[in-house]
Amino acid sequence: MQEQNAISMSIVKVNNLKKTFQETRAVDNVSFSVKKEEIFGFLGPNGAGKTTTLRMLTGLLKPDRGTVHINGWNIDKDPLKVKMKLGVIPEVSNIYKDLTPLQNILLAGRFYGIKRSTITGKAEQLLQRLGIYEQKDQPVSEFSKGMRQKVSIACALINNAEVLFLDEPTAGLDVHSRKLIREVILEMKKTGVTIFLTTHDIEEANQLCEQIAIINRGRIAAIDTPENLKRIFKESCAVEVSFDRMPPPDSLSQIEETKHVEKRGDKFRITTASPDRLIKHLASFAEKENIAFTHLAVLGTSLEEVFLTLTEEGK
Amino acid sequence: MSYTILARSTFLVTEKNIRIYYNKPPVIIFGLLFPFFLFLSFFMGRELDLFFFFPGLLAMSLFFTSSSVGPLITPWEKQAGTYERLLSYPVTINTIIMGDILAGMMFGICINILVTLVGLIYFTYPLQLLIFIPALFLGSFCFSTLGVLLASPAVRSPSQVMMFSSLIRFPLIFISGIFIPLNELGEVARALSYISPVTYFVDLLNYSLTGQHHLPLLMNFCALLAFSALFLSLANSFHRKNHLKGL
Ligand SMILES: Nc1ncnc2c1ncn2[C@@H]1O[C@H](COP(=O)(O)OP(=O)(O)O)[C@@H](O)[C@H]1O
Ligand SMILES: [Mg+2]
Repeated sequence: MQEQNAISMSIVKVNNLKKTFQETRAVDNVSFSVKKEEIFGFLGPNGAGKTTTLRMLTGLLKPDRGTVHINGWNIDKDPLKVKMKLGVIPEVSNIYKDLTPLQNILLAGRFYGIKRSTITGKAEQLLQRLGIYEQKDQPVSEFSKGMRQKVSIACALINNAEVLFLDEPTAGLDVHSRKLIREVILEMKKTGVTIFLTTHDIEEANQLCEQIAIINRGRIAAIDTPENLKRIFKESCAVEVSFDRMPPPDSLSQIEETKHVEKRGDKFRITTASPDRLIKHLASFAEKENIAFTHLAVLGTSLEEVFLTLTEEGK
Repeated sequence: MSYTILARSTFLVTEKNIRIYYNKPPVIIFGLLFPFFLFLSFFMGRELDLFFFFPGLLAMSLFFTSSSVGPLITPWEKQAGTYERLLSYPVTINTIIMGDILAGMMFGICINILVTLVGLIYFTYPLQLLIFIPALFLGSFCFSTLGVLLASPAVRSPSQVMMFSSLIRFPLIFISGIFIPLNELGEVARALSYISPVTYFVDLLNYSLTGQHHLPLLMNFCALLAFSALFLSLANSFHRKNHLKGL
């Protein structure tokens, strides 16, 4: 293991994962690796295959093909050994409602063979950090969704995991819980934990992640840092226009500086390397055709743009 | 090291089940009242000699109590979302199955030790503990395994599972030799009785309480073992196949 770490600092290595449910190709040839101590974001719309991938990474689901190595161990061959080092927060809130937060965490910790007294001490710290210490002995059945999610997080943090897998940890929560959970995630990273996080929230991925994989329909559309993802797209910006009258078909694609024209509703989206020059050409085109702009905008290269472009390509 | 993990997780799943699913007043009260209702519905007002029918009552009681909650644990946990979290701990599907079985087994044994004590107050049986105790353990293991097997089909709602499990469990009682002694059964009924594990268990209880039996003791034990192994392997393969359905 030491040698492997010397060759690469990747702690999670995923090779050609595939999973099909009946007709649906939920995950299709997904490969990536996560470096030690980074936050790796898996960003995609609903049904993209995020949960299915995470389940295969954590040994819950057997892939049809492909391999997952965590810290050099094959999850398929040594599931117990690997699971000892993992913390998982599944997508649905999932703690025992008949138990209190402290009992839930105690049960979780004992699965890893940690001593009761150690668990209790750590649990109290975690509950304090997550702001639910006062409720530690109340039945969970009376908790809000945000509070349950915090207990769930505490359960996943109790074994000092080396790698954390979080499936949309902030989805559907209130603003305060979301903020707190993101802070805790960043603190965990600082203590040397590697984090794999799925989300459909672009801002969250941008805020937290060092690497983002954009997944759509089971395939990875891009993997890079948030900055690079934005930069790639700066090189091909888009200008969105609409006119009071339809221009003749194909006339737009004849304009200089135009790379590609796409009609969206009553608007045209024209990709270009140089938006300012394209706009000049567009203006003279409008004058020549005797039509007027009703809308003209240069589309920024927010991560959202990148995301939308990448995830709409497959359709 | 991984044997320690397996043993620990089996133990913790068992403990969790007892704490969350069995240690509930309705479950315990139902478990205690059930043998009493069986007694009322089958034996009251009939010209039956309860001395000879008590072993059958005890068998029925053990069968139902050991297998009543097992079918529901997995559907309940899937519905509550706790099943996926449980799977993410260092456990295997086998340790979860075994934990579910052991909890049902312990529940059945505890309730029915009480029922036995009540029986021993009223009747003086020449109790054969050396047969009775292993029979009680093996029987409750076998029936609890059946219960856990009944939890494995990919049905979502606990109420559907309850229907399905009654549909399987009641016939197994009716075809067994509880109501009519084996040697008084017709040929077809007799052949049918051999496909219920309850038959062999009743025979063992009959022997250890009243001293009478129809089948060789060793055959009874072997049959219960064989049924347990069959249920266990079916439970294993069905749970494995369906473990993520309905999450
Ligand atoms: N157990 C399952 N059986 C059948 N189809 C499934 C199952 N789990 C997921 N799918 C399908 O696989 C695709 C990906 O699902 P999922 O991984 O849950 O997406 P995400 O988490 O990104 O929303 C979806 O089309 C979903 O319907
Ligand atoms: Mg999902």
